[in-house]
Amino acid sequence: MRGKTNTKKIEKHHIEDMVGRIYMSLCVLLLIVIIVSMVYFVASKGIANFISGEVKLTDFLFGTKWAPEADTPSYGALPFISGSFLVTLLAALIASPLSICAALFMTEIVPGWGKKLLQPVIELLSGIPSVVYGFVGLSVIVPFLRDTFPGQGIGVAAGALVLSVMILPTITSVAADALASLPQNLKESSFALGATRWQTISRVILPTTMPAIMTGVVLGMARAFGEALAVQMVIGNAPFVPRSLFESASTLTSVITLSMGNTTMGSTINNALWSMALVLMLMTFVFVLLVRMLERRNKI
Amino acid sequence: MKPKTADKIATTLIVFFALLIVAILIGLLGYILVRGLNHISWDFLTSAPQKIRAGGGVGPQLFNSLYLLVLTLLITIPLGLGAGIFMAEYARPGKLTNFIRLIVEVLSSFPSIIVGLFGLLLIVNYFDLGFSLLSGAIALTFFNLPLMVRITEQAFRTVPKAQKEAGFALGLSKWKIVTSVLLPVALPTIITGTILSAGRVFGEAAALMFTAGMSSPRLNFSDWNPLHTSSPLNPFRPAETLAVHIWKINSEGLAPDAIQIAAGASAVLVIMVLLFNLLARYFGRFIYRKLTASKRIN
Amino acid sequence: MGTAAAVRESFQTENLSIFYGTYEAVKGISLPFAQKTVTALIGPSGCGKSTFLRSLNRMNDDISGSTTKGSIWIDGVDINAQGTDVIKLRQKIGMVWQKPNPFYKSIYENIAFGPKYHGVKGKAALDEIVESSLRRAALWDEVKDRLKDSALALSGGQQQRLCIARALSVNPQILLLDEPASALDPVSTGKVEELIKELKEDLRIVIVTHNMQQAARISDYTAYFYLGSLVEYDKTEKVFSNPENQMTQEYIMGRFG
Repeated sequence: MRGKTNTKKIEKHHIEDMVGRIYMSLCVLLLIVIIVSMVYFVASKGIANFISGEVKLTDFLFGTKWAPEADTPSYGALPFISGSFLVTLLAALIASPLSICAALFMTEIVPGWGKKLLQPVIELLSGIPSVVYGFVGLSVIVPFLRDTFPGQGIGVAAGALVLSVMILPTITSVAADALASLPQNLKESSFALGATRWQTISRVILPTTMPAIMTGVVLGMARAFGEALAVQMVIGNAPFVPRSLFESASTLTSVITLSMGNTTMGSTINNALWSMALVLMLMTFVFVLLVRMLERRNKI
Repeated sequence: MKPKTADKIATTLIVFFALLIVAILIGLLGYILVRGLNHISWDFLTSAPQKIRAGGGVGPQLFNSLYLLVLTLLITIPLGLGAGIFMAEYARPGKLTNFIRLIVEVLSSFPSIIVGLFGLLLIVNYFDLGFSLLSGAIALTFFNLPLMVRITEQAFRTVPKAQKEAGFALGLSKWKIVTSVLLPVALPTIITGTILSAGRVFGEAAALMFTAGMSSPRLNFSDWNPLHTSSPLNPFRPAETLAVHIWKINSEGLAPDAIQIAAGASAVLVIMVLLFNLLARYFGRFIYRKLTASKRIN
Repeated sequence: MGTAAAVRESFQTENLSIFYGTYEAVKGISLPFAQKTVTALIGPSGCGKSTFLRSLNRMNDDISGSTTKGSIWIDGVDINAQGTDVIKLRQKIGMVWQKPNPFYKSIYENIAFGPKYHGVKGKAALDEIVESSLRRAALWDEVKDRLKDSALALSGGQQQRLCIARALSVNPQILLLDEPASALDPVSTGKVEELIKELKEDLRIVIVTHNMQQAARISDYTAYFYLGSLVEYDKTEKVFSNPENQMTQEYIMGRFG
């Protein structure tokens, strides 16, 4: 520091920069504090039962019987865990082909008006609130399933159908971005070899963009796995490991939604619900990790 | 199968599925609006709900949703701007930046029910704010903040670098450049993104059930002192929003016209979200035209 | 090479090197910039002349991974030294780029913004700065009736002169021009060149250009850069009529670059 400091007072622009930096640092710090405390609080609540020995971890994860109010209460969460995985996988299975077709339609079949038509459709679908999906599921899909298949209509099938519509936009927009970013010459060289459009799509386009499309699928599954109300409204909420797609079942989110308000903080059943929240949180990490891995593969 | 035939079948299928999605949306919107619209009236939009009798409205819920949205944006926007500007203009590539990016990604992937539970634990119980509008707004902030950060960061990244350099060359401080040169350019994109995110916040229910609560005390719509208990503006009162109300009457509604009310409320919710979408679109285009072709800006 | 620094000017570089990571983009350059002169920096693309120019007001600071060694002397102070108040420094050194980059503000605000920040108060004082800056940039007559209009509504040539006016608004002693006319049509280029000749009466100007005729027309001194090194520096007439270095001659004749 030499030469320039003829006045002792701090220059206005230094103060400004400092104020700005402090303000931004506080915002970022808050972001970090939020996430750290979120993980900490949910985790500490979630493991409370296992630490106190009220419930054994294996009984929780693999126990098929959820009967917290019985004389000898059991806290098996397998019904909910399996329900969550089942609806998520089914929803992804239904939504993925549809989404990929929609993305192909937007980018390969009719790139011009295809995009103009589907883009707003996708945006609107993703904007519809989940309770509205739940309401429509309850008043359209459930009666339809009841009339067509055995059972009450509620169940895994209804949940998966509702979820599949909800995750369509996620998968479609990621897939469409991936297809649109494909280098033009890749397609042209395939066409130049006399390949039909479908041959080009199935042998060149889809294999090249698969990691990116899978990213979309994983993001969709993450949304499906964590969705609470729409599923809760149509799945029936019976605490059993689903044996049929058309029988009442439950997911982690649905049981938390229904029971969290009716249990006292700190009770074993309440802590068991927190354990389920912890499972949800851990699955979120898994999904984020998967997305990151796929993105890395996509870069190479 | 001949390649030509396969091509034809595949194309047909792709077109069919793509149009199916369009049909699903039209069906959804059509169903909601047809079922809901004839139940919507001025009375429905303004009167209080009825527990057991028919004829209840969604007035307080609609007000709660809007008020909660305003509160949420008031908290989210300054925080999101700060963190987003940091990510776009200050963060240097490195471990810390990657860590923050990961945090934003994880926070935005958390299921909203987890956000709600965390809100219940920390805000409602630990900080003792109870089931209140403020608790709900803070929970929604957790839910909306990562999106806001991303919107801000992306908006700032679209500002030409030359703008920053021009500011530097004039001897402006970096913070002055950010706030007075870059922010005005990024603002239209930020506003468009914020309006879209507002739609998401407006329809959110899972994060609110355990924070803003599922009940609405009797409100006195002539008392606008935020400190009075029966004032609609009091941020410390519990507040059931429209989305939560739809969920509640679907699962435990006792009124004979519960289904109609759910349909009407769903229609209101969807119309609001549509409005947010249209507004964002219109506003984006309007500002774009203003900035490019354009005459007066200042 | 390097001998040019023998004349101690109040603005000059001394052994200035710029690195991007380990790559040395500018290699130990010493150049003086005399009062009331225009110095042209010429050389093929990638020769380091723009990097050099940008380092003169420490614009490279914001590029991560770039480091600068050596000194830049202004009135006896090495502004490249640690602890220099870069923001204050830049006020003394105006800069104009290849592509016009007016702020997304009104014409008036574009000019008044800098002075306002640096403490000029009152509408009358600002009005005066706006008018005089615009006059010096030969733009006043074209825009005086629409000062409230967006600067983006101006033509490319007008925008560039607005940027020059903006740089002048904070009264710099030095003006750095990075190919200021290369994106303009011939008429606008002529106007900008005319302007540069007038402006050098009040300040020193350093200009990077790809256009040999332009360098010959407007500059007093010319420096030829090649691969980050200073190959030749002399009076412009000398460099263009009788260059000492073979490479300089070939470049000026348009044989490469």
